[in-house]
Amino acid sequence: MIENVLNYPILSTLIFLPALGVIVLAFIPGKSKEVLRTTALGFTLVNFFISLVPVFHFDTSTFKMQFVEQAPWIPGIGVSYFLGMDGISLTLVLLTTFLSIIAVLCSWTAVTERVKEYMMHLLILETGMLGVFVSLDLILFFLFWEVGLIPMYFLIGVWGGPRRLYASIKFFLFTLFGSVFMLVGIVALYYSHGSMTGEYTFNLLKLYEVVYSYNLQWWIFLAFFLGFAIKVPVFPFHTWLPDAHVEAPTAGSVILAGVLLKMGTYGFLRFNLPLLVDATVAFTPYILALAVIGIIYGAFLAMAQSDIKKLVAYSSVSHLGAVMAGIFALNQQGIDGGVLQMINHGISTGGLFLIIGIIYERRHTRAIADFGGIARVMPVYAALVMVIVFSSIGLPGTNGFVGEILILLGLFKASPVAAVLGATGVVLGAAYMLWMSQRVFYGKVTHPENEALKDLSVREVVTIVPIVALILWIGVYPGHFLKLTNASTAHLAEVVEMNRSKGKVHEMALTHKAYAEEQAPSMGGHR
Amino acid sequence: MELSALNINLFSVMPEILTTGLAIIVLIVDFFLGRKAKPALGYLSIIGLLIILPVAAMTAETAPSFGGTVMSDGFSAYFNVIFLIAAIFTILISMDYLEKTGIERGEYYHIILFATVGMMVMASANDFINLYVGLELMALSFYILVAFRVESSRSVEGALKYFVLGALSSGILLYGIAFAYGASGSTNLGEMAAGLGSGQDPFLVLGFILIIVGFGFKVAVFPFHVWTPDVYEGAPTPVTALLSIGSKAAAFAAFLRVFTVAFPALQPQWSEVLWLLSAATMIFGSVVAIAQKNIVRMLAYSSIAHAGIILIGLLVYNDIGMAGVVYYLLVYLFMNMGAFAVVTHLRGDAGGVMKGENISDYSGLVSKRPALAFLMALFLISLAGIPPTGGFAAKFFILSAAINAKYYWLASIGVVSTAISLFFYARVIFYMFVREPEAGVEQPGTGACYNVVLFCTAAGTIFLGIYPTPFIDLAIKAVKPFFM
Amino acid sequence: MTPNEVAAAWPVLSIITFLPAAGAIFILFLNREDTELIRWIGLGVSLFVFLLSLYLPLTFDASNPALQWVEKGVWIKSFGIQYYMGVDGISLLLVLLTTFITVICMLASWSDITDRLRAYMALFLFTETCSLGVFMAQDLFLFYVFWEAVLVPMVFIIGIWGGKRKLYSAIKFFLFTFVGSLFMLLGVLAVYYYHGDVTGLYTFDSTILALTPIAPEVQYWVFIAFFLGFAVKVPMFPFHTWLPDAHTDAPTAGSIVLASVLLKLGTYAFVRFSLPLLPNASVRLAPFMIGISLFAIIYGALVTIAQKDIKRLIAYSSVSHMGFVMLGIFVFNIEGLKGSIMQMINHGISTGALFLLMGMIYERTHTRMIGDYTGLFKQMPVYGVAFLVVALSSMGMPSTNGFIGEIFVLIGAFKASWLFAVVVAVGILLGAVYLLWLFQRVFLGTYSYTGRGTLQDLNFRETVTALSLMGLIFWIGLYPRPFLHVMDASLNRLVNQVEENYRQAGMRQNASKATAMASRTVFTPVKGSGR
Repeated sequence: MIENVLNYPILSTLIFLPALGVIVLAFIPGKSKEVLRTTALGFTLVNFFISLVPVFHFDTSTFKMQFVEQAPWIPGIGVSYFLGMDGISLTLVLLTTFLSIIAVLCSWTAVTERVKEYMMHLLILETGMLGVFVSLDLILFFLFWEVGLIPMYFLIGVWGGPRRLYASIKFFLFTLFGSVFMLVGIVALYYSHGSMTGEYTFNLLKLYEVVYSYNLQWWIFLAFFLGFAIKVPVFPFHTWLPDAHVEAPTAGSVILAGVLLKMGTYGFLRFNLPLLVDATVAFTPYILALAVIGIIYGAFLAMAQSDIKKLVAYSSVSHLGAVMAGIFALNQQGIDGGVLQMINHGISTGGLFLIIGIIYERRHTRAIADFGGIARVMPVYAALVMVIVFSSIGLPGTNGFVGEILILLGLFKASPVAAVLGATGVVLGAAYMLWMSQRVFYGKVTHPENEALKDLSVREVVTIVPIVALILWIGVYPGHFLKLTNASTAHLAEVVEMNRSKGKVHEMALTHKAYAEEQAPSMGGHR
Repeated sequence: MELSALNINLFSVMPEILTTGLAIIVLIVDFFLGRKAKPALGYLSIIGLLIILPVAAMTAETAPSFGGTVMSDGFSAYFNVIFLIAAIFTILISMDYLEKTGIERGEYYHIILFATVGMMVMASANDFINLYVGLELMALSFYILVAFRVESSRSVEGALKYFVLGALSSGILLYGIAFAYGASGSTNLGEMAAGLGSGQDPFLVLGFILIIVGFGFKVAVFPFHVWTPDVYEGAPTPVTALLSIGSKAAAFAAFLRVFTVAFPALQPQWSEVLWLLSAATMIFGSVVAIAQKNIVRMLAYSSIAHAGIILIGLLVYNDIGMAGVVYYLLVYLFMNMGAFAVVTHLRGDAGGVMKGENISDYSGLVSKRPALAFLMALFLISLAGIPPTGGFAAKFFILSAAINAKYYWLASIGVVSTAISLFFYARVIFYMFVREPEAGVEQPGTGACYNVVLFCTAAGTIFLGIYPTPFIDLAIKAVKPFFM
Repeated sequence: MTPNEVAAAWPVLSIITFLPAAGAIFILFLNREDTELIRWIGLGVSLFVFLLSLYLPLTFDASNPALQWVEKGVWIKSFGIQYYMGVDGISLLLVLLTTFITVICMLASWSDITDRLRAYMALFLFTETCSLGVFMAQDLFLFYVFWEAVLVPMVFIIGIWGGKRKLYSAIKFFLFTFVGSLFMLLGVLAVYYYHGDVTGLYTFDSTILALTPIAPEVQYWVFIAFFLGFAVKVPMFPFHTWLPDAHTDAPTAGSIVLASVLLKLGTYAFVRFSLPLLPNASVRLAPFMIGISLFAIIYGALVTIAQKDIKRLIAYSSVSHMGFVMLGIFVFNIEGLKGSIMQMINHGISTGALFLLMGMIYERTHTRMIGDYTGLFKQMPVYGVAFLVVALSSMGMPSTNGFIGEIFVLIGAFKASWLFAVVVAVGILLGAVYLLWLFQRVFLGTYSYTGRGTLQDLNFRETVTALSLMGLIFWIGLYPRPFLHVMDASLNRLVNQVEENYRQAGMRQNASKATAMASRTVFTPVKGSGR
């Protein structure tokens, strides 16, 4: 593995700067809200700039982990404080630090009570998310994974809408349900690795080195799948998402859609694919099916919504379905597209929730029916919104386009049927998005309340513009971003390929046991 | 046979002689004292007993005398000390009580002394005749003592029951002795053992079953316990104390000596019988005690349960067990006497009606008399056998003997009964500490006499629990000769 | 100067153990009127004992598996009973927990208790002495004496200062534990005589007893006797019924010490005595033990969810948590064992803290019903945060102490069978359900309080108390090494001892099996394969 080129614990800094921010905030009196807001903003900004540092020292030529930090933590069972970052983590880290700024900005006026706790929660959340994306020790990963839950729970449960309590505990328990089984999976991995090599460790890179027996992979895959699929959320597990989104405050939704959901897909990329290749291959058909169902089902539901926020929430189900499909195309385009689409979705959907928040602040309603002809009253707003909408639709020139194309290409290789079905998702996406914006922005101003709406304030513009800029940037120069992840995605695809070329996997997929028996010796498999 | 053959060794029976002498002196002095001055007799007898105590403790080396009818040894010495201390405590708590209940009569004191002599004789008797004399001396004295509150109907009733059943049991015992004598041709325990041989003679078996029944009455084991509750309740409380401690101890002493010296051959059989008796007694005593509302009756049943546990030590027939019995009785002296001292103090005779004898009268005692409540709790906890009190150590020795002899089931039964017994002891404790005080009897503060007794018993209870070593060693030494 | 040399010159353990008792006696002689003085002396004594006990970890030699600061003295010669105190890696943490929790109790009952304060303080200090004695005693007789003696003060604490049904609860607690431990006494005696008959040496010295393995057929009976004694204290599933009542009716500090210290006596005894003295029985009966532990984990959690009374809820959660501990012991591998000892400490801290916080709010509102609270967070933020942290640690959220224990137990369970691991996982999940739901109902939502006065947030004393516990929670959660390090050597020694006795006893039982026995191992080896 590449040593830390910076000779400086950049990742720890990244992770714990927000935590430090929390402590600082703790000492600021709750009265002085402006100070609190600015401090929080300051910390997120600084953290964002720090997160840019790795970009400049990043070696794009390798899939190996960089900026590695390692220190023993619980030696008794081989748990270590082990951080590192490859292309995939890097992009997600950037996304996280970026959206954290947006989150703070967009709650500037939206949140007026108990600002202190609110900001503290946002910062803890950032720490948790960053930790997830850079930890290479499974226990450490699990730690951050869980730590992320608490502040989100509070953001929804305390600052959320009318049904916040229900939504928050639903969110918490769903996710926890998944993650305890993930924990069992982790322990299973740990134990079988230990009993095969004699070295008991949670060190991910060490765990990569062994090929596990098919049966074992199958079960562990299942455990991890539960953990990640709920987070994504993959089709049947998505029910918590709309509730959470609808009840969450704007910033909550932004972070939730922008980052938290990505933790799931990231999990698949980081663990399932490289660790459990055979199982992955075996599960692919089913997961693709679920993904496609998710795409279409989500789209249809979105179309049926009368509440803008719900609409966007369901659109996330659809988009994440696309991401899953890309990843489980198991070839480089697909994975590339998946990763890029993670970023895109983060940006565009984050943006959508943001703009909904803005209008909600003014009208305190989210019902599409209450709007109409907003473009007349708020031209700037409308203009910016349209860009974001386009990106979410995947119009050429926006980031969405690149991601979706890559995904469809990859998917077509893997399974044309899925590709075709997936493509319909794009069409539907266009449909509900445009229909929504048409009803909201165009036509006459049907409601007198909307006459007096003020256009965006400077702060709001400042909040949205970077998003729009990113949308266009990625749309025009996707290479800049793909370059970062290229090596890693290539490696992933290659690992899968290699294994596939070991042959016979497809038959195996049908008859697990027979496969397991005959593969065991050749793979040094252990049961 | 001429006198020398009897090798009369007066020193070995010095305690008995001295106590008798003391009794006679008290008897005489009694004539010259007015009604008011009776307590002086009490002090006199206490001083006397205090002088005799060391003598009794010293006559510990094995010395058969009077032609082997009397065997004064460590064993008898141990018990003599128990009896003497019991007598002292009893007299101490009596004086206030007698005055309170208006039954200050001089004979009380020397009858107690005679009872004590009877016990001492029983403990050192090595011959059935001797044993019986001692037994009767003790019993007769108690008949009087129990009836001492003549004006109280309950006292008389108790006395009557005690007299009838006591006489009956003595008769049965005597009958048994007769059979045993017939079978072995001697009343001397040692010779009897020699004369029995294998011991399959039906008369002998019959005889020794009758003897068991006789002793059963005295130590109040189920089903020969029926007299106990009423007698305990009716008798003047100090007498009850002496009865439950002294006579029980004496009976056990005789019991132990007879069965180990005279009937070792039949050990399997009598262990068998005693197993049943002991189990039944433990369970019955502790279960019935739960239902009691009257504290003295409760203590009566608890004493039955204790008898059952002590029996274990006897029937397992090993030195630990026997030592356990001896030690248990020593501890029992302190804890039970302590409990009775408290009860006696709180009992008052208002217009011929007893007050302060129901458990409910102990409600909220702690707020009225914290020290007293605390001590009572200590005694009860010890009776329940919870460390670090003497009660625990005693139970521990008995149980360990049972385990050692592989009497696992009996031990388990003992454990269960102990657990049950905890219930009613704990209940009294909770009444004292948790319940709000009701309109119980208001007693004046404890006088010097009580304080002495309470202090000594409490100290003894704790000390015997924390550092039993010297006394258990003595006990082991005392019973060694029986297993030579 | 090694700990034992120190002890030779200076009976450290005895001082730590009996100082509280001395303090208690002193307090009893104070004038009952000046309550402030009594409080301060109570606190002072417990604090001093705690600081004194900190001397142990500072000078503890973690590389030495044997007992340290050993004190031996003849007590009852004719029975080979000794006064034998010692501390090793297994008991060290529990000793510290005890001294620490007692301080917390003193603080917790500062304004809570006004009636018969003198007796109250004294009883608590007595409890401390007895519990410390249990953790230090190495002579089975001495152990038993402390074990039983600890009951009495506890019963009084519940019975006198308890809630509505205090009498019932106190007696129930008393009887249950008393019966159990009496049977344990029989077991102890059986071991004693067995050893005596085999070796001719009659002693209660557990370290010596452990040297001569007991014949398996005897072991089973003794195990059952011990089980009755220990399982009631833990409490394990069928014997747990006394726990909710005792907890509900005990005063706050009573619940704290009950949950944090007294329950640990049972689990500790399993590790300390059942395993090394009765390895074969332990192994043979392990499936049974594991079975009820797993059942307790799930059953306890489910019952917990249904509770309406917060204190009862916490009490039942203990049943579930102690299930984890027992499971860790009987899966027979070093991780499980470590995990269960960690869990003992964690449960002591977390559940103790939960009861503490419960007591704080109860003092203000005099209701324990969940229904009577909503939205406390707004009114009492500090309290809310404290409660949250503790709840998280109790549900085993990573970065809190609870997680460290659970991950060890989980690994241990998995080594035994993946099925156990799944059950454990479900248990963890359910734990989150009831605690989080509790938190949500009580703290979130709109604040409404119908009781008298307005609810004040925690005062300085309460905050300090809560903070000290939270500090521990995060310390263990983020940097568990020192805690785990302490027990390593001793646990390894224990494992070896168990293995050794297991084999020898096996051979003793049946020579033909000897060879088979010789090769078998009790504990899953840490290295090498084989599930």
